[in-house]
Amino acid sequence: MAAIVSVEKLTKRYGRGVHALKEIDLAIEEGEILALLGPNGAGKTTLISCICGIASITSGRVLVGGHDNVAEYRAARAQIGLVPQEVNLEPFERVINTVRFSRGLFGKGRDEAYLERTLWQLSLWDKRDAQVRELSGGMKRRVLIAKALSHEPRILFLDEPTAGVDVGLRKEMWDTVADLKRHGVTIILTTHYIEEAEAMADRIGIISEGEIKLVREKAALMRELGRKLFVIELMEPARRVPEGLDEYDLSLSEDGRELTYTYDTTGDGTGITRLLNALSERGLRARDVRTEQSSLEDIFVDLVGKDAA
Amino acid sequence: MNLHAVLAIYRFEMARTFRTLTQSIISPVISTSLYFVVFGAAIGSRIDQVEGVSYGAFIVPGLIMLSVITQSISNASFGIYFPKFVGSIYEHLSAPASFLEITSGYVLAAATKSLMIGLIILVTAFFFVDMGIQHPFWMLLFLVLTCLSFSLFGFIIGIWAENFEQLQLVPLLLVQPLIFLGGAFYSASMLPPFWQGVSLFNPVIYLVSGFRWSFYGLADVAIWWSLLAILAFTLACLVIVGWIFRSGWRLRG
Repeated sequence: MAAIVSVEKLTKRYGRGVHALKEIDLAIEEGEILALLGPNGAGKTTLISCICGIASITSGRVLVGGHDNVAEYRAARAQIGLVPQEVNLEPFERVINTVRFSRGLFGKGRDEAYLERTLWQLSLWDKRDAQVRELSGGMKRRVLIAKALSHEPRILFLDEPTAGVDVGLRKEMWDTVADLKRHGVTIILTTHYIEEAEAMADRIGIISEGEIKLVREKAALMRELGRKLFVIELMEPARRVPEGLDEYDLSLSEDGRELTYTYDTTGDGTGITRLLNALSERGLRARDVRTEQSSLEDIFVDLVGKDAA
Repeated sequence: MNLHAVLAIYRFEMARTFRTLTQSIISPVISTSLYFVVFGAAIGSRIDQVEGVSYGAFIVPGLIMLSVITQSISNASFGIYFPKFVGSIYEHLSAPASFLEITSGYVLAAATKSLMIGLIILVTAFFFVDMGIQHPFWMLLFLVLTCLSFSLFGFIIGIWAENFEQLQLVPLLLVQPLIFLGGAFYSASMLPPFWQGVSLFNPVIYLVSGFRWSFYGLADVAIWWSLLAILAFTLACLVIVGWIFRSGWRLRG
């Protein structure tokens, strides 16, 4: 699939000191949801700012729909909608006017029907004549999305869309994003909530200290790096891990009731049958068994180090 | 050329003007009317004519300039400073609009508003003093050029300012004294010779002089110098705006 945004060797330095982005290469495919996951200060917002034209690029280049975002900034930027991390809105303006303003600023003539559809889609139509300051936090965030969508962009950047947002609202935001994807919008979102990337993304990029550590399809990433745990609940508590089972990577819970076997899902055989046989040979009987999949969080911690997560 | 962007900014700013009609338009008109009462009626009744014009009528052009210059600066500086303050400037920076288009939107809106105020004060003046306009075309030209150039100047201040104090600093410390010493309330010829020479370094004197000439045919300096001064000031502001545009100063990280 062709890349709709292509970032090539993008480097960003602030002044002489901070090296915010180091030769980033990234291709974003049309129609996908890409989650950029990384700790605070990793460079997520800087990357978005460089792509959208808010921050200048030190070296490298960005193509948006084939247009260089500096030399052909009009063609490049017209395709992008940006939802910033902070709720940056003029408090006294009416919702409909701020959305009209954004559409005009991005070079589009009036289209009230389109704006009405967008506001309906974001459940803001009833609030169109309200002043921005009268709205709840969740509504303000949706106004930011409405502004970003007002000029019919093909690509939407969401910078930490659910930072500091309560659980109910977060789910609501996820639904909104899924809905936008159904409408064919390519979505790039940054987050430091692993749960969020896991719930929404098609692909996940992990960014840390200004570098992209990896970009992988979410399912493949989970498969590739994912470990599975096989937990055996014992009828009678054991004092230690039974002898002669060194070939299995076993650990015993503190109360001696659970044996945990960690295995790689990509291997040919998992060794579970053999393990169960070996246990019963040693007189240990299982009361119950269950499996657990390692989460993206574990992968993330492995990659960027425990401190970062 | 992204004309939609210019228009969007213009409309948005004009909406702010009409939303805050009391502060925007009515209050400058009231304060100028007070000047008429105090200077024109109270003090003016003790001053004879200035170069053949009654004192009340003499100060009208200066008062209009005073309002138009301060209003242009505050409108344009606030217009661009407010998005910086609330953070919504991200939208301007990521829009497919050139800096010139963004500047045009804000400057045209600020200039429109101060032009409206200037014209309203002019109409108000007719209620207080007996006066006429000898060169209406030149009057309008000076008025429009002043609105535009000082709105450009205000726009630069709005980009430069990093807090509300700085936003007020230049108008209070620099512009206000220049206007008061710029011959709004007196003719430069009333000053001792030394101070007459000094006042020629004040750019505002050229504006007030040219503007007053368009009313009464009286001028402290030749009309062409006045025109040259306002054009030079506009050009200087345009050069600075152009430099800001290229460097991204105070705007782009």
